[in-house]
Amino acid sequence: MTVLKQLSKGASLETTLKAVSRMDLIKYSGSSGDFNPIHTIDEEAKKAGLPGIIAHGMWTMGNLAKLFTPYHEEGFIKDYQIRFSGMVFLDDVLTLIAELDEKNDNLLIFNVKVLNQKDKDVVKGKIKFELY
Amino acid sequence: MYTEYIGLTSQKVKNIVERELVRRFAESIGDSHPIYIDEETGKHSRFGANIAPPTYPRVFRTGTIEGLKLPLKGLIHGEQIYHYERPLLVGEEVYCYSKIEDYYEKEGSTGKMGFLKMKRYGEDADGHLIFTEESITIITETVRRSLNV
Repeated sequence: MTVLKQLSKGASLETTLKAVSRMDLIKYSGSSGDFNPIHTIDEEAKKAGLPGIIAHGMWTMGNLAKLFTPYHEEGFIKDYQIRFSGMVFLDDVLTLIAELDEKNDNLLIFNVKVLNQKDKDVVKGKIKFELY
Repeated sequence: MYTEYIGLTSQKVKNIVERELVRRFAESIGDSHPIYIDEETGKHSRFGANIAPPTYPRVFRTGTIEGLKLPLKGLIHGEQIYHYERPLLVGEEVYCYSKIEDYYEKEGSTGKMGFLKMKRYGEDADGHLIFTEESITIITETVRRSLNV
């Protein structure tokens, strides 16, 4: 397995998820307690002026962080900042990307984003990973 | 306007990082890693326990801010920022409260938009900070009008 601290500037972690399903969002509603119906019920999404149900922004943000889970013995996510820049719809295929931007002693700073199948970013931000 | 709410803080609420909830949460974001769910892996890790995913604090109760009225619909989640001093441990008690950090308005294409910055704090039993969670919520002109704020 790669060791994060051996990554050099510009190197990236990346993974593509299975297409977003309604069950993904039903499960996240339950586990997070965010039952806003625009994430699960078509009629409610339409009433809110949306073409269909959209994923919770926090579901996407939660997914993105898993790029770093395998490195839990090396360090932890100290700062995680995200701007929600686009909506995620059913059947979208998302790619999670973290690119190392800066290395200072024990801090690795990554630019992170999630792209949909049209290469449009839906969330975007930074992760500061502190090494132990 | 929400400016009068700036600085308002809720009472602290005790939460427990519950094993079963962490397991479900991790699964729901497609991250069923053994460091979150397998007891043995937790025991042998540097933490001596399982940990919770970084976006897990969404499930914590952080108390209500007296007098703050937010619409249930029409809010847009603009930004989310976590800061951690260390990972959250499964089984530990976390004392949480929330605070209105800021409110400001900007002129947008659909009228004046309000930005409400709310921060949630999580501390250990001795009052040491574990994490903060900041959300910026956008309140559009239409929603503000319907609320008369």
